[in-house]
Amino acid sequence: MAKAFFIDTTLCTACRACQVACKQWHDLPAEETKNLGTHQNPPDLSFNTYKLVRMNEKVIDGQLRWLFFPEQCRHCIEAPCLEALGDPGAIYQDPDTGAILYTRQTRQADADAIIESCPYHIPRKGPDGSVSKCDMCNDRVHNGLLPACVQACPTGAMNFGERDAMLEMANKRLEVVKAKYPQALLLDPDTVSVIYLVAFPPENYHEFAIASREPSGVTRHMALRKMVRPFAAALSHLG
Amino acid sequence: MTNHWIDLKNADVILIMGSNAAENHPISFKWVTEAQKNGATLINVDPRFTRTSSKADIYASLRSGTDIAFLGGMIKYILDNKLYHEEYMLNYTNASFIVGKGFGFKDGLFTGYDEKKRGYDQSQWAFEMDDKGVPKKDPTLKNPRCVLNLLKKHYERYTTKLVSSVTGTPEADLLKVYKAYGATGKPDKAATIMYAMGWTQHTVGVQNIRSMCMIQLLLGNMGVAGGGVNALRGESNVQGSTDHGLLFHILPGYLPTPSASIPSLAVYNEKNTPKSNDPRSANWWQNRPKYVVSLLKSYFGDKATAENEFGYGWLPKLDDGKAYSWLDIFDTMYNGKIRGFFSWGQNPACSGANSNKTRQAMAKLDWMVNVNLFDNETGSFWRGPGMNPAEIKTEVFMLPACVSVEKEGSISNSGRWMQWRYEGPKPMGNSRPDGDIILELGLRLKELYAGGGAFPDAILNLKWDYLTNHKYDPHKVAKEINGYWLVDKKIGDVTYKAGSLVAPGFALLQADGSTSCGNWVYCGSYTDKGNMSARRGQEDAPNNIGLYPTFAWAWPVNRRIIYNRASCDPKGQPYNPNRWVVKWDAEGKKWVGDVPDGPWPPPQNPDGSPNEAGRYAFIMTKEGFGQIYGPGLKDGPFPEHYEPLECPIEKNLVNGQRMSPVAPVYGTDADAHMTCDPRFPYVGTTYRVSEHWQSGLMTRPQPWLLELQPQMFVEMSEELAAMRGIKNGERVLVASARGEVKCTAIVTKRFKPFKIGGAVIHEVGIPWHFGWRWPESGEEESANLLTPSTGDPNTRIPESKAFMVNVTKL
Repeated sequence: MAKAFFIDTTLCTACRACQVACKQWHDLPAEETKNLGTHQNPPDLSFNTYKLVRMNEKVIDGQLRWLFFPEQCRHCIEAPCLEALGDPGAIYQDPDTGAILYTRQTRQADADAIIESCPYHIPRKGPDGSVSKCDMCNDRVHNGLLPACVQACPTGAMNFGERDAMLEMANKRLEVVKAKYPQALLLDPDTVSVIYLVAFPPENYHEFAIASREPSGVTRHMALRKMVRPFAAALSHLG
Repeated sequence: MTNHWIDLKNADVILIMGSNAAENHPISFKWVTEAQKNGATLINVDPRFTRTSSKADIYASLRSGTDIAFLGGMIKYILDNKLYHEEYMLNYTNASFIVGKGFGFKDGLFTGYDEKKRGYDQSQWAFEMDDKGVPKKDPTLKNPRCVLNLLKKHYERYTTKLVSSVTGTPEADLLKVYKAYGATGKPDKAATIMYAMGWTQHTVGVQNIRSMCMIQLLLGNMGVAGGGVNALRGESNVQGSTDHGLLFHILPGYLPTPSASIPSLAVYNEKNTPKSNDPRSANWWQNRPKYVVSLLKSYFGDKATAENEFGYGWLPKLDDGKAYSWLDIFDTMYNGKIRGFFSWGQNPACSGANSNKTRQAMAKLDWMVNVNLFDNETGSFWRGPGMNPAEIKTEVFMLPACVSVEKEGSISNSGRWMQWRYEGPKPMGNSRPDGDIILELGLRLKELYAGGGAFPDAILNLKWDYLTNHKYDPHKVAKEINGYWLVDKKIGDVTYKAGSLVAPGFALLQADGSTSCGNWVYCGSYTDKGNMSARRGQEDAPNNIGLYPTFAWAWPVNRRIIYNRASCDPKGQPYNPNRWVVKWDAEGKKWVGDVPDGPWPPPQNPDGSPNEAGRYAFIMTKEGFGQIYGPGLKDGPFPEHYEPLECPIEKNLVNGQRMSPVAPVYGTDADAHMTCDPRFPYVGTTYRVSEHWQSGLMTRPQPWLLELQPQMFVEMSEELAAMRGIKNGERVLVASARGEVKCTAIVTKRFKPFKIGGAVIHEVGIPWHFGWRWPESGEEESANLLTPSTGDPNTRIPESKAFMVNVTKL
């Protein structure tokens, strides 16, 4: 059975334990950063940063909001990067967990095509040409552990489990949150394995919070065509 | 905390003020979140919109240093709208007590002020007594001198309009907060307060907290689930270190440190043991002599005898009227009067107010011993910025301590839970546990004093027997803290054997030398049944409110919510049956639920008649009542708004005294301060971030954390930045009368200018985690280079949260 994350941004306090836990589990080096006039750091995802809490100050309906978006690969159910590359030696989907996994062979692939194919702007190229991103802590998951980011979350913003359980949790929570934030919604819940709940329109959180509705490049267009296939049938037999 | 972390989930309203729990106590938000999921309202009051504010239902800003004005306005709102829990107030607080005619208040001063001493004669604030020596009460609350009416009079000045002009909080926001919080005066509602250094680090720190205690008493929120007054401690074991006498004015277990003018134990007991003439007041501190003697027996063993007053003469004494706090130590050191200094587990070169003064002071020492995990700005002060090593005579010794996970022992968290922890990896290199270091230090001192010296008795007579196989034994220390029977003793039908541990608790401790106890509040923590703090039981108590009584052990006597008898009506039945803490089982003649505040029955029988065996609920006060009127503090029985030492306005808008008339002010050339000086026009405050800890010694060298918060920063409003031509992300200089620090500007909507008394006042904020030793650039310095040497008159905690600065482009 496929796994999924449910990330409730209304509970996220941007403590960034998830961001550090990710680096710790994957033994990723720290980047040499500077304070750029924001608490968000590093400024963006990178080859060595798979998880990033984006922090945005927005005035919405006259009220100041500080919006946090713990971003990571969405592990699309039908992943455009996988489709775009078409090389299962470099990018494949774990049939047990649904994780989209990149191997060292991405080094021989067209990195830019992989990066361009992603509607969420996630994968990043390293100095040796290979491409990296969140791997769902697939090794942990296969050993009965939660992904490191979920394990570290103190508030329950980060959740992980069977896809149908996560969807149920997400929908229940959405109903509750809507009472306070009528614009609340789940982001692309039918097409991704990392389901975000946001209180305000997604563009307030991040430019690529949802899959772009107006794709530009041909590759992305192709990917999108695959993504918008109806999923109702697929979901119904998930039970 | 009167309550504990899990109990936050039981609140209907949570006020986070004077703390930034989401960022600085992130795990607490597990419980705050749970309360919110249950429908609780989260209120956050802070000068700056923080990560905590981002989760709040109501956010209100205020200028740093004006909390009493804010809370005074809330007291007035509660009184004006009769939102208080009247039955609770009458039965459990001193609202109906009649205050003596000596008390008065005029122009910002209470009666009894002595300008020369910068102090009050507190005896003028006493209650009026009846012929039995019991405070007079007026249950009708009509007497104009009863506490409630004096309270009304005192706070009638605190109109929302005046409060708003002092705090800069918009009136509408004040009212939103007052209304939501005041709504918990109902018997089945509870509100809690989470505060930290944002309240304590002021010249009015204690009175900030007093204001909230008074609100909680008015609303009946003390002793109940989801209520209380909850201090979020800044380190995992700050609670434990305070319990065990870290501060200069107390010995372990909150026993006052003796002063030189108290020549004998008898006089000490006479002076420090409160007497109540009311038979229904438990007046628990009447037991103090038992705790003092048991402590002396623990210190000095067989050498402590009735004949030598159990070694009272060997205790160090304070000079009368002299304080020995952090501020005072470094002031004395700066004046060249301290020769040697142990800096143990701390980093004063960065963590103390007015760090330039602190660093200069250390240059006047002959020697310093730095006990820490790594070298820090303190150990290396002699090669720090502005120092010339060739001119500094101080000899510095570094003793490497191991890290907490490398040793066994206990910590006591904010909720008073003593939790045993085991050794993980072995200490690295030649680092050692603090216990080993201090134990060996004591043994070596004993050897040296055996050959003579000044007053060797105090050292030579110490029992100091905590070795097992030549090593420090944390279990021996834990048992010593719990206490032993020293002779066979029969009490009632039970004979306690010499050498056995005192159990179940401190009610058994004796004043005749037959028991020893290293800290009476921990008596019962390590008994013949084992180490209570090592328990990891997962079962909740029958009331199902998250007490988990067999997980670890809480002082006192495993009570999880203190003052819990006040959660019940006078017949002992819970005000809120859905979230009851304790209740009286009239048939079984016992309390059930949490461990109650004493075994006595409730004050009334089930038929409403008074029960003479009953005791008042607030057993730690002399009279037995929660103190809305608090005559024991140095700065007055009611909190009053005073401006910080450094403030942006010439005149206090509330009264005729600009700053606290009793706050300490120091006079060295390093103690410059500037109020309303155009050179330092902005309010400055300091705070912490999630990503660093304390002075940053354990986090700045950690690349993953430095990646998140790499540099010293200053947060400021867009308005201020525009005025000073400062761009977001630009390096700027923040300066006060005492020092300057380079910072990266974070220009943000989360800071807004305040309207104070008709003027626009800007505030900026800086974190205090940085220091020149790391990161390697040496450019990121401590915020405490800017903060002033003044503090609270009761505790002498420094005023690091409100001072005046300038910000200029670099």
